[in-house]
Amino acid sequence: MFDVIVIGGGVIGGTVLRELTKYRLSVCLVEKENDVCMGQSKANSGIVHAGFDAAVGSLKAKFNVDGNKMMPAYAAELGVKYLNNGSLVLAFSKEEMQTLQELKARGESNGVPDLRVIDQATLREKEPNVSENAVGALYAPTGGIVCPYGLTIAAIGNAMDNGAELFTDFEVNEIKKNGSSFAVKSADGREVEGTLVVNCAGLASGKIAALAGDNDVRIGARKGEYILLDRESGNFVSHTLFCTPTKKGKGILVTQTVDNNILLGPTSEEMEKGNTDTSETGLAFIIDKVRGMTKNPPLYNTITSFAGVRAYSDKHDFIIEESKTVKGLIHCAGIESPGLTSAPAIAKYVAEEIVAKILNPQKNETFNGKREKDYFFKDLSTEEKNVIIKKDPSYGKIVCRCEQITEGEIVRAIRENPPAKNIDAVKRRTRAGMGRCQGGFCQPHVAELIARELGIPFEKVTKNGNGSEIVVGVSK
Amino acid sequence: MKNSYDIVVIGGGPAGLAAAIAAYDNGVKDVLILEREDGLGGILNQCIHNGFGLTRFKESLSGPEYAARFIDGVKERNIEVCTQTTVLSLTKEKTVTAINAENGVFTLQAKAVVLAMGCRERSRGALNVAGSRPSGIYSAGTAQKYVNIKGYIPGKSVVILGSGDIGLIMARRMTLEGAKVHAVCEIMPYSSGLKRNIAQCLDDFGIPLYLNHTITKIEGEKRVTGVVVSRVDENKKPIKGTEKHFDCDTVLFSVGLIPENELTKSAEIPLSPRTRGAVVYQNRETEARGVFACGNVLQVHDLVDFVSEESELAGKAAADFVQNGESVRNEIEVVNGKNIGYVVPQRLDKNIKGNVKLFFRATNAFRDCTITAKCGNQILMQRKKKIVVPGEMETLILTETKLAESNGTIEVELEEGV
Repeated sequence: MFDVIVIGGGVIGGTVLRELTKYRLSVCLVEKENDVCMGQSKANSGIVHAGFDAAVGSLKAKFNVDGNKMMPAYAAELGVKYLNNGSLVLAFSKEEMQTLQELKARGESNGVPDLRVIDQATLREKEPNVSENAVGALYAPTGGIVCPYGLTIAAIGNAMDNGAELFTDFEVNEIKKNGSSFAVKSADGREVEGTLVVNCAGLASGKIAALAGDNDVRIGARKGEYILLDRESGNFVSHTLFCTPTKKGKGILVTQTVDNNILLGPTSEEMEKGNTDTSETGLAFIIDKVRGMTKNPPLYNTITSFAGVRAYSDKHDFIIEESKTVKGLIHCAGIESPGLTSAPAIAKYVAEEIVAKILNPQKNETFNGKREKDYFFKDLSTEEKNVIIKKDPSYGKIVCRCEQITEGEIVRAIRENPPAKNIDAVKRRTRAGMGRCQGGFCQPHVAELIARELGIPFEKVTKNGNGSEIVVGVSK
Repeated sequence: MKNSYDIVVIGGGPAGLAAAIAAYDNGVKDVLILEREDGLGGILNQCIHNGFGLTRFKESLSGPEYAARFIDGVKERNIEVCTQTTVLSLTKEKTVTAINAENGVFTLQAKAVVLAMGCRERSRGALNVAGSRPSGIYSAGTAQKYVNIKGYIPGKSVVILGSGDIGLIMARRMTLEGAKVHAVCEIMPYSSGLKRNIAQCLDDFGIPLYLNHTITKIEGEKRVTGVVVSRVDENKKPIKGTEKHFDCDTVLFSVGLIPENELTKSAEIPLSPRTRGAVVYQNRETEARGVFACGNVLQVHDLVDFVSEESELAGKAAADFVQNGESVRNEIEVVNGKNIGYVVPQRLDKNIKGNVKLFFRATNAFRDCTITAKCGNQILMQRKKKIVVPGEMETLILTETKLAESNGTIEVELEEGV
């Protein structure tokens, strides 16, 4: 019997879970996939928004600005990569420059500090690769970038280190309220019981609400496609570039990632249900837009393209509150952009202002929020590397050549909270397979390590859970 | 493990092995081979089909057999080898930084370095092929590794994009392992593979080859369930209305090899945008004195026999460099002219004695060809060939005399039907 059951292992569920372990509460997270962070939080721009975009007075605005302030320390404590690289909203006409003034005013109403509109010369100085046609920009110095899946995984891992339990492959298909507790059942017959349920189920949060008897949460899906460029082009831009929103739409971003790739996108396409296929038209749209925003984008260095899906509520704002119809059910639903930025603030609010006010728990004096720095081995100095290799020679064996990831890091990812059980899980934790050859060399090695560490036959190693086995049988 | 060696060879595949042996046989015994895999042999270890060594040994060997000839050679000469060792960086001054489990991160100083790092494969991601990203998508070489080295079948129902040699070989391999290969698609109007591979891998097995076609979409959630294939126009753009669907559980991409020159770049050694390998002289020395390049890291070869030949040049030259120091160059440029994609070497040093074999590829398939090497208007060498295709590397020999006579840039060009 748990005090709190969190449904959904994305960045919201993960940060909420961690926040709850700061209290003496028994908490667990149930996640329908084979690993955490396989939904919206996986395919995310990773932007820590300044907060000029959200509507004044909305929850999005409030949590965005609070989250933006909290993020540097939050990420540092969890050892997650974060960079305060600044945001630039590009304007290509007089009308757009006027819109920038409106964005600036909106941002100031939301409490965003230090916004200023800059002219063409200043823009060129800041970003030499911006198109000649850009006439100016809104500069938001508090904008940043973070690793969205790194943050999710680290938050959940730290929560587990502080006593939280994780159940994967747990697809909730029944929620029964028995008096003052909930029985949450999975499709494969497992069951957890808890006093409170926090609904962080992303695209499925409407379904989860309905299972519990609350039909007031309606979630829509909007797909976003991306193109990723090799680290070799990592210095193409240093700030995150946005387009001025026009009647035609929001345009795309051009941004560095914390790992020094360049990310282009996302598109925006209404979907009937979650579908993460890329499309010829979507990818063509991105290519067209980036050519308009920048000079000679190094598209020849494309290493992959992918898509994510935004889960938005029909209220077009976050839903962060106890259900009006089902007591004890707490919604964190419709968390589309700026959801990632808002996560630390949402988690704090949910834990302190909702859960703690209901359960009145004591503080957990043994809570340790520090997770070992999410450094990659290659970022260490030679001396530091050699100390580690002497203790554990598996750190002297490079498995992913493109990203220089060692066997030691991969084994650690398989063993450490939350344990990686498949190829993509290892990839998200270590970057093995994220380089220019996209796993061409390292995938067989990683698969072998997973098989060895989990004690399973090679044929049972999957890309991302049941049904995605790497090989189908033994050769003749 | 010492702190310094006369020659450090980076890569223990066919190029590195031949270079090391040649360096040794030309008088420099203090040679070290650094290899990142568990053993020597490089990509040959997974090429269990035969056809290797037809030119060099007049035999049809399998990849491992061909490699064994050189691995034995390295063992006989007691050349030092470090496996499971990855080179992290290189400087123009020939300082090599590497890592392995035994020594951690360590640095070596070399008098000469031979770059023999080979290639990586272009991936689906680099092509922006639309659709889903399920399990069952592999580059052909990775699939080959699973089947031939690890002993597992990647899938049972296959569509292959790319009719280069690796794609063709894997079409046959998968069929022999019991899979159904529905099609090999090729975006160009011709295959870039060896003619004998088309016959022995596709024709012999009744596998259809769709030229002027590409994969435009991959379907499937956890695992591939199918692909959409379209015909392309002259600009390689898919033509609406020509879509064909194939049910399958596996897609293999054989869409290009890219020389792995990360180390070369880290040493700030100039690369050629045409070959994506280092700019070299006829002895395979790069613009950095004492650094040599050979094999697929220099230019993507079709035949390992030529890799060995090229690497012996490099090994011998490395030994010369160690024994005789930096020579004075008298250099002229070599450029690709009409209908020629690239020429290696890109530079010639007139002070180096001996004939020069120029390696090049045509930009298209041509018939009744006349290939000419000229300097200004003066024709140096000319050769006729009935059929020239981009998938088969060609050569042209420039004699020492002709080289001595040249006083400007040498251009190699191809005229059709002359």
